[in-house]
Amino acid sequence: MTWIGLLPFAAFIVLFLIAPTMKIVVGAFQTPQGDFTLNNLRGLFTDSILSSYWISIKISVASSALGCLVGFLMAAAMILGGVPKGVRSPLMTFSGVASNFAGVPLAFAFLATLGPLGLVTLILKTHFGINLRAMGFNILSFWGLTITYLFFQIPLMILIITPAIDGLKREWREAASVLGATGPQYWRMVALPILFPSILGTFALLFANAFGAVATAIALTGSSLNIVPIMLFAQIRGDVLGDPHLGYAMAFGMILVTAVANVLYIWLRIRAERWLK
Amino acid sequence: MKRAAAWSILLLGGIYFILPLAGMVEFSLSMKRGVYSLEAYRVVLADPQFRQTFTYSVVMSLLTILFGVLLVVPTAFWVRLKMPWARPYVEFLTLMPLVIPAIVTVFGYIRLYNTSSWLPLTGTLMGSNFLLLMGYAMLSLPYMYRAVDTGLRTIDVATLTEAAQSLGAGWTTILARIILPNVLVAVLSGAFVTFAIVMGEFTMAALLNRPAFGPYLQLMGANKAYEPFALSTIAFAITWACMGLIQLVTRFSKHTKAAQG
Repeated sequence: MTWIGLLPFAAFIVLFLIAPTMKIVVGAFQTPQGDFTLNNLRGLFTDSILSSYWISIKISVASSALGCLVGFLMAAAMILGGVPKGVRSPLMTFSGVASNFAGVPLAFAFLATLGPLGLVTLILKTHFGINLRAMGFNILSFWGLTITYLFFQIPLMILIITPAIDGLKREWREAASVLGATGPQYWRMVALPILFPSILGTFALLFANAFGAVATAIALTGSSLNIVPIMLFAQIRGDVLGDPHLGYAMAFGMILVTAVANVLYIWLRIRAERWLK
Repeated sequence: MKRAAAWSILLLGGIYFILPLAGMVEFSLSMKRGVYSLEAYRVVLADPQFRQTFTYSVVMSLLTILFGVLLVVPTAFWVRLKMPWARPYVEFLTLMPLVIPAIVTVFGYIRLYNTSSWLPLTGTLMGSNFLLLMGYAMLSLPYMYRAVDTGLRTIDVATLTEAAQSLGAGWTTILARIILPNVLVAVLSGAFVTFAIVMGEFTMAALLNRPAFGPYLQLMGANKAYEPFALSTIAFAITWACMGLIQLVTRFSKHTKAAQG
């Protein structure tokens, strides 16, 4: 009878996570009459939907790759760069705040900075004679969204990779240098291979994070940039695709992409933990 | 040389993080031409819609926290005590909300619980509020569960339970008077994360048509010039306060533990 204690939790998960998700997944393979079909999925392969997936994936890849790179550099600088210990605690706290500061307010922060009348835009224009707009930069674009997403991607990377870098043992470095390895050689042949699963795993997590981000994108671009979450949002609101089951298929595609990314993350994380005992 | 490189990386990173915040605050202060003023904040705070949506979101966060505690503490306790073999599975399930995007979950709610379904929750206001509450609880589940489970790891659940039982305590007493006080710090940090998440949430509230702070913020952004930046600054301050409080309670608990041991 011990399972009775899990009943409330199980009911909650089934009613508000599994059943709704299954409704979408099953709906993606059904006609409006309830028969099995693959036409909904086939319907995804139109130019506008494919391109929305493509832009979404590009933004997610760019923001998670840059987020991993910059986050890694910042975490390494904080831990190994010989800066005072006092830097660490504020940086970690700030990372906790910034990784949770997504959504609508984040979009406004960047509009106020890199928008047409933003702080940086105006400073660059009046003091340095650089006209971002004339150079083709627009906050409502691929790069604008990528730069904005970095605000929560970098801190997330810092939070996850710091324990991994902390786990690099001093002895490994000493052993390498006794054997005659230079600094770059140590990084290339010892440290980075050990950290690689962690970095790649975090990359997958950041990817899923960016791919599912709705609020920032909507507040920033309205509907001027066709990425998957924005299209799905419009579809749920008003059936803009004119076919409810095509909406299911789109949502199913989203689950598929984030699920693959997360399975990759979990698998790599298990591999990474072998070294961090 | 190495130290210089480290400093310049941290400095560049710092600039990237500070500029958007500076831009946001600067905009929020420039409603009056030529001088910095708190005019935008005054206008925002006087807006009845701000008060309504803000109150709505605060109440929803508190309800989400209450529901989360009532759901997660007994579950995590039970799993640790009676079904240790189920821990990996339960933990896996609690991580699922990070895998399935919120927009997909809420899409499922709308389709599964619409007016022509077996449980027409979206048909009534109370029903929609309840659905939103469940959605928020789902969003905060990974953080809440992880926090509470980590808290339970630091205490000896089995001995405490047996001791309480031998003194005649029932399950409710054990949970409310033995387990909960012992994991209070963990529960609090989970609660603050939940508060920060719910206050800023947009997608679920917008799609369920509930008057929460997130959708209001987006609406203001589309229609007003300076007010959205004042609102964003307020939202940022709330997030910051929540994270600060987590640090505070964790540090506080470390001190009390050190004093005991």
